[in-house]
Parts: sequence; C-alpha cells; structure tokens
Amino acid sequence: MMTRKIITMNNAFTRLMLVLLTVLTMTACSTVPEVEGDAPEAAYFDSTKIVAADEHYLSDDVYDPWEGFNRSMYRFNYRADRYVILPVVDGYKYVTPEVMQDGIHNFFENIREIRTFINSVLQLEFTKSYQTAGRFATNTTVGLLGFMDAATYFGIPKHQEDFGQTMGYWGMGSGPYLVLPLLGPSTLRDGVGIGVDTLVMNAIRDELEMKWEEELALDVMNAIDTRANVSFRYYETGSPFEYEMVRKLWTTKRQLDIEK
Amino acid sequence: MKRALTVLVAGLLSTTCWSNQQPYDFPTLGAEYSKYEATVIGTLPEVQADLPEGSPLKNRRIEIFEDREVPEPFFFDAELGYSTAWQDDEAPLVFLIAGTGASHSGKKNTDMARAYHHAGFHVVSISSPTYMNFIVAASNSGVPGHAYEDAKDIYRVMETVWDEFKDDIQVSDFYVAGYSLGGFNAAFVTKLDEDRKVFNFRKALLINPPVSLYNSISLLDRMSQNIPGGTDNFSKFFDKLLVEVGKAYTDSDNVEMDGEFLFKAYKAVNPDNEELAALIGVSFRISSASLIYTSDVINKRGFVVPANVTMGANSSPGAYEIVSHQVGFTDYFHGYFYPYYKEQHPELDREGFARSMNLAALEPYFKTTDKIEVMHNVDDIILEPGEIDFFPRVFGDRAKIYPKGGHCGNMAHKDNVAHMINVFKQ
Repeated sequence: MMTRKIITMNNAFTRLMLVLLTVLTMTACSTVPEVEGDAPEAAYFDSTKIVAADEHYLSDDVYDPWEGFNRSMYRFNYRADRYVILPVVDGYKYVTPEVMQDGIHNFFENIREIRTFINSVLQLEFTKSYQTAGRFATNTTVGLLGFMDAATYFGIPKHQEDFGQTMGYWGMGSGPYLVLPLLGPSTLRDGVGIGVDTLVMNAIRDELEMKWEEELALDVMNAIDTRANVSFRYYETGSPFEYEMVRKLWTTKRQLDIEK
Repeated sequence: MKRALTVLVAGLLSTTCWSNQQPYDFPTLGAEYSKYEATVIGTLPEVQADLPEGSPLKNRRIEIFEDREVPEPFFFDAELGYSTAWQDDEAPLVFLIAGTGASHSGKKNTDMARAYHHAGFHVVSISSPTYMNFIVAASNSGVPGHAYEDAKDIYRVMETVWDEFKDDIQVSDFYVAGYSLGGFNAAFVTKLDEDRKVFNFRKALLINPPVSLYNSISLLDRMSQNIPGGTDNFSKFFDKLLVEVGKAYTDSDNVEMDGEFLFKAYKAVNPDNEELAALIGVSFRISSASLIYTSDVINKRGFVVPANVTMGANSSPGAYEIVSHQVGFTDYFHGYFYPYYKEQHPELDREGFARSMNLAALEPYFKTTDKIEVMHNVDDIILEPGEIDFFPRVFGDRAKIYPKGGHCGNMAHKDNVAHMINVFKQ
C-alpha cells in the first residue's frame, strides 16, 4: 500500500520535473526569422519606421522568454491532438450515448469539486468553500455518486479553483508563459499548480485503495472526458497570429479567474 | 369533406399571406434599434428560425494543388478545410461561400447549413478566398480579393470536392449561396459556370453583398478610424475591450465565456454606435491583418515582411504583426494588390482596376438571366449611400430588401431563413 502510494506520487512528480527539465534544455530554439544577406531590406510598410520603440503594444504584454520551446510544444500538441487524442475522443463520442457522456462528465466534474473546495479554503473564500462542499455532498448522494448534477438543479452555484489560482491569490506572479505537453497553454506558476493539485488528488485517491488498473482506467476516462469538453482546436482560428492570440487570451482569462 | 378541406387550405393560405404583410419584427438588446448593434449582435433567439440544434456539417480536408509547397509557418494548412452535410436520398446541393476572412465552419455558414440541410439540401460549405487556409491551400496566386481570380479558385475547389463525392451522393440540381464577400463571389462563380458548365447552377443567392469592393473596403477602413486615437491605437483599444469584457466576466456567475455570457457582457458594457462601429472596424482589421501577413509571407512581396526575410516554424512575427494590424484593406489594394496585377497586366490603371471589382461589371449578364437572387438590408453598413438601389434596379423582384438588419445581422431571422429556402425551392 505504502510503496504504491510512493510510486504514484513519484510518477506525478517525475512527470512535472521532466517538463521543467525539457523547458530548460530547449529554450535555445530561435524565434528570429532567417535573413538572406546582411540585414532585412525595407518593407513597403516598414516595421522599423512604423513600430515605435517606446510604445506599448498588445503583443508585448505576456512574458514569454521560452517562446521557441513553447512554439515547438504548440506544434507537438497539434499533432498529438490530431493523430491520437481527437480520434480517441471522437470514437468515445461515437460509441457512448449522450446521456452517458453527460453522466460521465458530471462524475468527473464532481470529483473536481474536491480540488475547488481545497483551493477555496486555501484562499479563505468561505462562501465558495461551503457552496462547493454543498455541491459535492448533494451530487455524491442525491446525484448518485456524481453522475447527476442535482446541485445545479437545486441552484447551488458552481465555482472553479485550482492551486495555480491559489498561488496567484496570495500574490505570486504567473512567471513565464509555458505551453505544456498535451495540456496546452499555461504558465510556470500554473504548471506547478497542476502538479500540486495532481499530487493532492492522488493522495486522496490512494485512501480508496483501488487496484492500479482501476486507477489507470479512471485516469484515461478523465483525460478523454476533459478533452471531449474543450472545444479548442489547434490552428483553427484562421489567424497567422494564433500563437500570440491564444497566449494573450489565456493569460488574461487566468488573471480574471484569480480575481474572480 | 373535400370542400371543407379546400376552404380550410384557402383560409390557411390567406392567413400566411396576411402574416407576410406584418411589419418586420427585429427586437434589439439596446433600448433603440441600431444598424451597428444588428451587425454585431445578430438576430436575437426569440425571432430566429426554428431549426434543429447543433451543426449538421462534417469537417473534411482536401488537396487542391498537387505538390504545393507550403511555407513552414503554415505547415498545418497544406490541405483545404471544408465541410459537408449530406442527405440520404437524391437531393439538390447547395455550395455555401463564407464572407471576408471567415471559415467554412464559422457561425454564419453553419447557420445557413442548418437551414438548407433541414430543408432537404445537400450542403458543401467553403471558406472565403480571403481566409488564411484558403490562401495557403487553394488560391492560385496567393493574392486574394480579385473578383475573377477568386471565382476561378472557388470553382476549382467546387470541382475538386464534387469529384470526390459524385459517386457517393445523388444530386438533382446545383445551387450556390454566399454572404457578404461570399455573395459577391457567388455572382462571379455563377457567371464563370455559364462558360464552364460543370454545375449549371439553377439559382444563386447573394446575401448582403458589396456592390463596389473598393467602396466597401474604404468604408470598413474608415470604421476602424473610429478607434479613439485612430488605427495606431489598435492595440490599446483591443486591450481596453478585453479589460471591459473581463470585468463583466469577473462580475458574473458564468464559469464559461459562452453566448449567454457575451449577451450579458454586451449589456454591461453598453457600447454606443461609435464604439460599435469601431468594434466592426476592428473585426475586419483582424481579417485584413491575417490576409495581408499570410499573403506576404507566402509570396515574399516585401509588403510588411522584408522580401529577404523567411519566416520559419518557430519564427515570431513580432513587429510584423503590429504593422499588419496598422494597415488596412485600402493599403493592401494600393501597395500590394494593384502593383501585383499591374506587373502581369501593364495596361491596368489604378482607378479603372478599383472600379472593375464591382457587381456592376456583371450587369449585362444579370440582365440576361433570372438565376440570381439577392437578399439585402436597406441599412447595410458596407454600402455607400444609394448603392442599395443597384439591386432593385438590376434584379427587380429577385432582390428582397429588408428594412433592418445592418450587415448580415438578420441572416438567422425566421423570415430571412424562409426566404433563403423559398428562392431555391421555387
């Protein structure tokens, strides 16, 4: 029992460290375009004349020193999505009746209430904490282990808090922008937050003493359900500035979520 | 019994005729109707056509040019995305062409697809020739915006798609419909079809098309001048917008930024007409920036990116992105589009070329055919004053002009959807 706990915790921890290590080793990827000859020629609308050095522009807003790595990871995620994850998600949607998909989604959302509860407490948000506890209690009992969202029916508001937000709440800056493998846009702080939330959830889950194959099945289902409920698709915005757009919108939204 | 039925049917018919005489019901979010609000917000749910939820469209990809070399930053766009919705049995097929900078799976094409598919049509939805993926994968020149060249590109896409499916589905007749620039494109595609005769379109429907492309792009460029401080302040305006929408979000109970939330945010921000015009300007500016940068990177014309600079997979557009957002469609016309075509056709003159990108160029053709139908609004913001008269003058009864709706704001309205279907079913 004890050893297994260590192994799962170790796995999550190793995963996290691997991510950070890759970041640090791959930041060398250049984001400067290739120039033929000595220097860029003048363009018809020339950026060196039009863009003012002392002016503040939208695209400068996000601190992104690892841009080269992030862009590579963005492409990797697109390929993983297109060739592996989305086909699996589509297969799942095809074989699973919609009522069941909803039930499964409710089930995992209910489990995620634990994370929201812990982090609401850590942020001293008492209204959010008892509402979230109320939702979890209601859905786990009346909602039949969470498969039905009875709490929403009874009008208990839903919240979403994680450890990244908790760190932000206590004044920690977001750190550099970071595109995580498979998980997508994030920041260094939020990446660490995801790791901490995962460690905590694994520790709680270990109390249930499930078999490892059950845990694996649960993890896989959780991943599929999560992707099935995110409509974002890489490179579907039709904009050559998608990387910048996503970076700006993502970090803005996270900032708002911390203030919420 | 039979007579009772006849009376009943006659009665029903007369009430439908009568109800068509009713004033056009177009409710608004703000206190007063505004053509700008109609353009931004669109049709409110209570007067939308009653259609099945969700999109019937299935996304697909297809290769248009064999061995096309795609620059690294666009590696994911080598094939053209499009979407289809088939019927089980023989049915008419309608091609839908999206508006400026819009995708085949954008909201307006999806809404049209829902309507036509529900009414029993096969549907093929195509992105605008000004959409990034189309420029990369399906534009012959990579310099979009040319009435005749874009029509050839679209026609090639239609043929390639039809080749792929002609053995799988049964089609009775072909139709084409498009909104905004897509409506303009649909007219030139229909004209091209008269020569090529692959589809022999039975009808075409142009929804809120421009008359003169140059007039419309000038109007849209001027709208982005409504940004406080002018277009140079694009970044600041956009940032302020994000902050205001953000505030509405943190103040609300919504966890997701969905449609319901956006309605609330709109009410909370409560923009006036000038701000709405600026917003429309910004939205078109985002489209023009994408088009300009994409085309320039592909063709290396040195318009915003220096000609000797090659953008790689990891290259950051940086300052080039900022410049792309500071120039507009008219800059593109004068500094890029016209010079490009002038090289190939030295006889061109600037003003004549601008004038020729015009529906009036097809007026002789329009007078010889009754294929083309128009659905437009008297207060469309992309038309110069008086330009709307072109349609009743040239198309007569085949031009249906609504009293409200701005630019494409009423496409989902139940009356408009009924009209869209009716003109093809006649």
